[in-house]
Amino acid sequence: MKTSTYLRRYWQLYFLLILPLAYFAIFKYGPMYGVQIAFKDFNFFQGINGSEWIGWDGFREVFQNQDFYRTLRNTLMLNILDLIVSFPAPLILAIMLYEVKTVWFKKLSQTILYIPHFISWVIIGGIVYQVFGTQSGFINNLWVSMGFQPIPFLTDPNYWLITYLLTGVWQSAGWGTILYLAALTGINRELYEAAEVDGATRMRRIWHITLPGLRPTIITLLIINLGNMVTIGFERPYVIGNVAVQEYSDVLSTFVYRIGLESGQYTLATVVGLFQAIVGLIFVLGANFAAKKTTGEGIL
Amino acid sequence: MAEAARVNETDRIKVKPNVSRSDRVFDIVNMTLIAVSVLICIFPFIHVLAISLSSSRPIMSGEVTLFPKEFTIEAYVKVFSDPSMIRSLGFTVMLTAVFTLFCMVMTIAAAYPLSKSNLKGRGFFMVVIIITMFFSGGIIPEYILVRNLHLLDTMWALVLPGLISPFYLIIMISFFKGIPDSLEEAAEIDGSSHFRTLLRIILPLSMPVIATLSLFYAVGRWNGFMDTLMYINSPELYPLQLKLYQLIQNNMATELMRNEVAGTANMMPESLKAASVIFATVPILIVYPWLQRYFVSGVMLGAVKG
Repeated sequence: MKTSTYLRRYWQLYFLLILPLAYFAIFKYGPMYGVQIAFKDFNFFQGINGSEWIGWDGFREVFQNQDFYRTLRNTLMLNILDLIVSFPAPLILAIMLYEVKTVWFKKLSQTILYIPHFISWVIIGGIVYQVFGTQSGFINNLWVSMGFQPIPFLTDPNYWLITYLLTGVWQSAGWGTILYLAALTGINRELYEAAEVDGATRMRRIWHITLPGLRPTIITLLIINLGNMVTIGFERPYVIGNVAVQEYSDVLSTFVYRIGLESGQYTLATVVGLFQAIVGLIFVLGANFAAKKTTGEGIL
Repeated sequence: MAEAARVNETDRIKVKPNVSRSDRVFDIVNMTLIAVSVLICIFPFIHVLAISLSSSRPIMSGEVTLFPKEFTIEAYVKVFSDPSMIRSLGFTVMLTAVFTLFCMVMTIAAAYPLSKSNLKGRGFFMVVIIITMFFSGGIIPEYILVRNLHLLDTMWALVLPGLISPFYLIIMISFFKGIPDSLEEAAEIDGSSHFRTLLRIILPLSMPVIATLSLFYAVGRWNGFMDTLMYINSPELYPLQLKLYQLIQNNMATELMRNEVAGTANMMPESLKAASVIFATVPILIVYPWLQRYFVSGVMLGAVKG
């Protein structure tokens, strides 16, 4: 087909693409162009192009900054602890739900268990305070009425970790069951019946049929999680954290926000962001490679 | 899925009418554990609701757990008579509606051409889009961009930067691809333009995915907080999340100053904080049960691809 005929026939499709491509150019590739300020002494008067090049000075300064290492450590620490605590929860919950034969009970439970996923971190922050607060939080009310000293769940760094992790489980466990339950619908029911005839107990059936059936899903999700080790959301540590627990709650994302938008050190904040993006990319590509090796299929 | 479960259940009963004792014990233990999980899930909401409906004396002495003590709706009267709260709710509703509409128009406009595998340049466009899923400039260059475009402290700073999610776009593309080509070809032979085919044939067939993705965009906007913190200064443009965040800061301040009696004078009463939390949660809880199946189907759509 000649180009002119092709265009006459398909111009409408290209017309539809104009605005979306403009969006990607401006709002996705625009910031990528702006990343160069990591190598510039950026200020708003001279703009991105007018600011002076400083080479690797920004990187040098960041890599000498104690706070940078602390936030990097915290990011890894919170992610690893989260993986240990929050990863098994949806798996166990999904297996339990799968064993339920009473349809209404199963549906009602699922409906309620999914709810926390749709609640914003800001609202969760408000709820956390009502539940874990030292002075009037529910848990401490109970604890004090039993004659103990109140526990500073929100202001002591170590107890704060517990609060952070429990909140994560509460928020994500129910919704996390969906992918497992979807994978379970693919298991042949006859396997269970055959095992039942052979006299296998429920636990043995779970161990020998359900779990192997979930193996690919578990491995894939685990690898995705490992790939996201240096990536951490901003809202959860920012909303639940506070100055008293900054030693643990200060992570890369909150660090970028603080030095960039609160202190106006745009160059340094961009350096940290770029570091995080590049290391994150390496992790994700590594995870994809690992997935290809173990499951024979990439996750990307 | 529920159908299948029901069929399976009847099958099982036929095969094995007498359920063994250990089986029954297992079921009871299992269902009890699930019930406990469910209770843990909703307990915090019930507790906050109880606080919001109680008077301050029982709250301060720690008597309120699941039921309100010395019932009063005073806190809600205060929340609803606070014009800034009502304005914030109105603004958030408007913002979410505008955002969702724009997002869907853009996502559909991008997905339809890209679902045609014979489109010249398609491979290039897809690469351009997929790159953005794995690498981004980071929040500082984004902030500088929004500032340079003079969008700071306007509603558009919360709309334009998030118009197309590459993940949702890919879900949409794979859905469009699943629509049989013969339908479109028939329309083309009848002389229908691409625009017409999209509006008359493709979109009516895509209602499930449109509903699902609209919901994801809407919930994301409703719950979004970080960009409001970055881009919004004027109180009249505070979305609900930002408004609520101030309250949490107030909470944290109380928590940190608990030993300094002097600081307690200007603190908000607990019931008012709780009522504000409920105020911001209820809109989500109202729509959630009706839309749950779309949420779940959306995850499935994403999982098939990813």
